[in-house]
Amino acid sequence: MNKTINQKAWYFVIPVFVLVAFNAAIPLMTVVNYSFQETFGNNVFAWEGTRWFKQILLSDRFHAALGRQFAFTFIILLIQIPLGIGIALTMPKKGWGVPVCLILMSMPLLIPWNVVGAMWNIFALPDIGFLGHTLNSVGFDYNFTQQPGDAWFTTILMDVWHWTSLVVLLSYAGLNSIQPAYYQAAEIDGASRWAIFRYIELPKMKKVLTLAILLRFMDSFMIYTEPFVLTGGGPGNTTAFLSIDLVKMALGQFDLGPAAAMSLIYFFIVLLVCWVFYSLMMKNEARS
Amino acid sequence: MKKYKWLVPTIYIIFLMLPIYWLINMSFKTTTEIINTYSLWPQKFTIENYVKIFTDSTWYMGYVNSITYTVFNTVISVAAALPAAYAFSRYKFLGDKHLFFWLLTNRMAPPAVFALPFFQFYSSVNLFDTHIAVALSHCLFNIPLAVWILEGFMSAVPKELDETAYVDGYSFGRFFFKIFVPTIAAGIGITMFFCFMFSWVELLLAKTLTATAAKPIAATMTRTASTSGYELGLLAAAGTLTIIPGAIVIYFVKNYIAKGFAMGRV
Repeated sequence: MNKTINQKAWYFVIPVFVLVAFNAAIPLMTVVNYSFQETFGNNVFAWEGTRWFKQILLSDRFHAALGRQFAFTFIILLIQIPLGIGIALTMPKKGWGVPVCLILMSMPLLIPWNVVGAMWNIFALPDIGFLGHTLNSVGFDYNFTQQPGDAWFTTILMDVWHWTSLVVLLSYAGLNSIQPAYYQAAEIDGASRWAIFRYIELPKMKKVLTLAILLRFMDSFMIYTEPFVLTGGGPGNTTAFLSIDLVKMALGQFDLGPAAAMSLIYFFIVLLVCWVFYSLMMKNEARS
Repeated sequence: MKKYKWLVPTIYIIFLMLPIYWLINMSFKTTTEIINTYSLWPQKFTIENYVKIFTDSTWYMGYVNSITYTVFNTVISVAAALPAAYAFSRYKFLGDKHLFFWLLTNRMAPPAVFALPFFQFYSSVNLFDTHIAVALSHCLFNIPLAVWILEGFMSAVPKELDETAYVDGYSFGRFFFKIFVPTIAAGIGITMFFCFMFSWVELLLAKTLTATAAKPIAATMTRTASTSGYELGLLAAAGTLTIIPGAIVIYFVKNYIAKGFAMGRV
């Protein structure tokens, strides 16, 4: 759409600008402030320069948490995106099945995150949970509170349970926007099922899929509550993702300086990935 | 192969429902039964857990608090985002692209980063432990999302609609509320759904910013672990009840979801 230049449009943006700046700029400044100082309590601060940043960037603890975070995000994207597309493709297009599917599939999205964690905790407990009990009775030695592998398996399964529906809903919306004429043309040409998917459905879903990947990347990178309630970051530190590690440092040990430095590095990594993604998206949009 | 297509969504839905069923199953058991026996349905069916929640004000007020700040947040987010999204979809202005990206960066900010400064900030302006504090703090991620979604819907409406209305002698205000808002009603419905959803499920900030007066239900639930061992039955009942408001909201927007998703960017 060709937009007109109108500087007065800023007036429309002022409420949003004020509300978000109030919430983002002031707290962010506090974090920046802490990241360069040592605190002795009672509002006594000493300038520390970039010491905390160096300390965090060189610490094994941060590298380990960052590694776990990337592994987790990568695995869940690899599962959720194809699975979500697959389910959206097989969903009914009309009739009573549509509202049933939409309502039931949206359910996990609207459950508070700590309830999701608590629910999966009692679902997966080896003695009284359905999942744990079933796995153990068919011969697996499953205990997510003791074995790191099982803890990872449960955390990933929980995230797949929790968020795949978002990908399904978005893909389904993308599929719905395809005109029937495209399918008729494909039928006349005798296109295979794969060709229809590759040349009609996938391009039409590109926009919503980009959004789905972006949302899933951002949210899984910030994941805190669900694994915190499910495993508490354990056993040991094996499922302590970035946010869990950060909160442990900031509120548990009250190491404000290093925690603030870590916050900024953390935020910067998310920003960087999203900026690259956003630029690619805009470039793509400009071309089409 | 086409005949068995329905199997995929069916299996997926069963997978989704299993943990929910298990939670509901637990909520109708006594804590002793949960710990001592494994059964697929309650052996001694009890509604004691629910009675306790509905008669103890520290429990049921948790729901009232959660719903209050969620509704506040949804209203504030959508009201502020409507004019902004209109500006982004219709006009070019100085710094528009940068502003849009800056807004999005706030959707990307990990709440864990902001928890401590938020606590200090809202304490210093005397808003700590109020519904409005939680509602405002949730604007951090809900306003950018609302602007993003609404902008997509508004850009799908041809600009000729605006121009025709002005030719017909509509003032901007009348055009906006009488013509434009009804046109994108589906988009507003979807936006409200997402704002409600993300405010309802967020806990880290809601918990950090409240103590007693505005404590969300999800934070009240952590109490079951600390007082007298694990009261699993009570925890399960409280968890089950948190699913209900979401289910009601989904029921109301189900038509919007299918229609709304299809027309906009989302």
